[in-house]
Amino acid sequence: MELNRPPRVRRLSPAAPVTARPPRTEAPTLVNGNGAAAADSHGAGATSSFVGARRPPRSTVPTIDRMQVEQVSIAYASKLAVKEVSLPIRQGEVLALIGPSGCGKTTLLRSLNRLTELTKTASLTGRIALDGTDITTLEPTALRRRVTMVFQQPNPFPMSVFDNVAYVLREQAKRRPRRDSLRGEVETALARAGLLDEVADSLDHPALRLSGGQQQRLCIARALAAQPEVLLLDEPCSALDPRSTAVIEDLVVKLREQVAIVIVTHNLQQAYRIADHVGFMYLGELVEYASATTLFGSPRQQRTKDYVSGAFG
Amino acid sequence: MSDATISGGLNPITPAPPSTPPPARRPATGSSSTWRLTDRLGLAFAWLLGLLFCAITAAIVIFLVIQGVRFLRPYMLWTNPKVSYTQSGSGGFFDPMIGTFIVAGIAIGIAGPVGVGVAVWLSEYARPAGLARAVESTVEMLAGAPSVVLALFGILLFESHVLAAASYTSGGVVFGKSFIAAGAILSLVALPYVVSSAREGLQGIPNHVREASYAVGKTKIATIRRVLLPAARPSVITGYMLGIGHVIGDTAIIVLLLGDTETFQGVGHVPVLGILRGTGSTLTSYVFDNAPTGDLNQPNKAYAAALVLLAIVLGLNLVVDVFGRRSRELRWS
Repeated sequence: MELNRPPRVRRLSPAAPVTARPPRTEAPTLVNGNGAAAADSHGAGATSSFVGARRPPRSTVPTIDRMQVEQVSIAYASKLAVKEVSLPIRQGEVLALIGPSGCGKTTLLRSLNRLTELTKTASLTGRIALDGTDITTLEPTALRRRVTMVFQQPNPFPMSVFDNVAYVLREQAKRRPRRDSLRGEVETALARAGLLDEVADSLDHPALRLSGGQQQRLCIARALAAQPEVLLLDEPCSALDPRSTAVIEDLVVKLREQVAIVIVTHNLQQAYRIADHVGFMYLGELVEYASATTLFGSPRQQRTKDYVSGAFG
Repeated sequence: MSDATISGGLNPITPAPPSTPPPARRPATGSSSTWRLTDRLGLAFAWLLGLLFCAITAAIVIFLVIQGVRFLRPYMLWTNPKVSYTQSGSGGFFDPMIGTFIVAGIAIGIAGPVGVGVAVWLSEYARPAGLARAVESTVEMLAGAPSVVLALFGILLFESHVLAAASYTSGGVVFGKSFIAAGAILSLVALPYVVSSAREGLQGIPNHVREASYAVGKTKIATIRRVLLPAARPSVITGYMLGIGHVIGDTAIIVLLLGDTETFQGVGHVPVLGILRGTGSTLTSYVFDNAPTGDLNQPNKAYAAALVLLAIVLGLNLVVDVFGRRSRELRWS
């Protein structure tokens, strides 16, 4: 199974055999200045040097449509940030949004749980539906429990590891539940984020004492504790080291069967490694939406081709 | 490579050969003997001022400590002032010391919640913008107002019949001087410190932390209560301590609004409320009265009480320091 990949250390060792399907992290060898391994795996029409690197197999469970974005435009005051974007968001696969800075991908992501409304000048036209219901008809707080979000900077709350997760579970109940009655749910959420083993003995320690990667997984645990249908990730790895990034990428791939995942990333290799579908945005437009292999391997649009081949961005 | 532009971009970048760094115009850690004369004079002047400042502060503290240690006796901490013409017979300053704690407690009991509330409003709501600006400049004005002016206002306020319950009334005239009156006006002294410190703490929290709370379906109120205020707690406590420090050090309001009786003069028969409605003194007014130029002129007692006052204020500063350091420890990147 792909999910039980060999540990990172082995993959980085030079002795690792280059097979027909080279290990997934052969791609970073390009960064090390040794493009040979990646070049071998190039298909004829490949535009990105990392295409052909190992990717997780398609999810075995059938995909479920969770959200529909239909003709959505978002403007800040009079400046249009997102232009008539339509795309589906499905459980069972990872959707990555890529594009240069300022192309509107984060704005689009934030509109999915109506966080854009916190910006006074933002206005949205079009329709976003969650399980068939227009999200503007839902209470923002109720919507944001079903569509939770993880941010670029790890931002655990200034309380214990346990309370960070329990915070999400409390206050929705009429009476404040007792700590013991929450323990099971908290541990489940931490386990889903792959953090429980590391923090089982330090649930009462301040969350801000955890390492950056652990903090980010705690944020994922927090987002999962609400039992959301959709999980939004806004460049969750850009503040992390490569090892923590790999852990979170594995986690995201694992989680896609339980929750629809949308990830915004600047890192094209990352999008290629973990996404099933990729949307390329440029100047607010969704230029191309396709499966990851198609978008990186044989993009239809010239702008996509230029971007994924590194000609701009 | 078929694409010329891409292959051009992939050319290995040859690292520049290591070169010796250009010589610094002036060695960073070198002696100042190579400096221009005006620079050297400026440096000497800066040193002189720094040393002078340290010397003055040290002189005050050393003088107070020497005088205080000479005259402070343990019995003074639990003996009340007595009327006497000799320094040995005039007792200690138990009641003034407790009085200091009482006014500090009342003042921070009012300024604490109000100040944090104002800070939350200024930092998290601040709408309409005009009102926010007005509140801001009001707090700044309060910080700059001389306490004797506040005291005069307090006298007018507490001599009114509406607030008669705060002090005692005799023959239809409201006396207007009590711990409640002094504490209430002193809370205006503490308020600006609480507001500015709490506000600073709240504004230091990155916006994505707020959004993280909203993004799991929390309301603004829940976010403020459960995330922002706990995160700002070190700053809030620093504000409390700074406020208390200034309340303890204030003399004008105490002398004018606390009645300046050496011991507690309770009003009514309710145990604690009686004291709060009555008059008394604090360490500052005790020092004021007993100073060589004061009415009672018991300088030895003044020195001893001043030492205790100094110790309390320095202790508070220490707490501020510790909390300030701890607040810097756990932060978001």
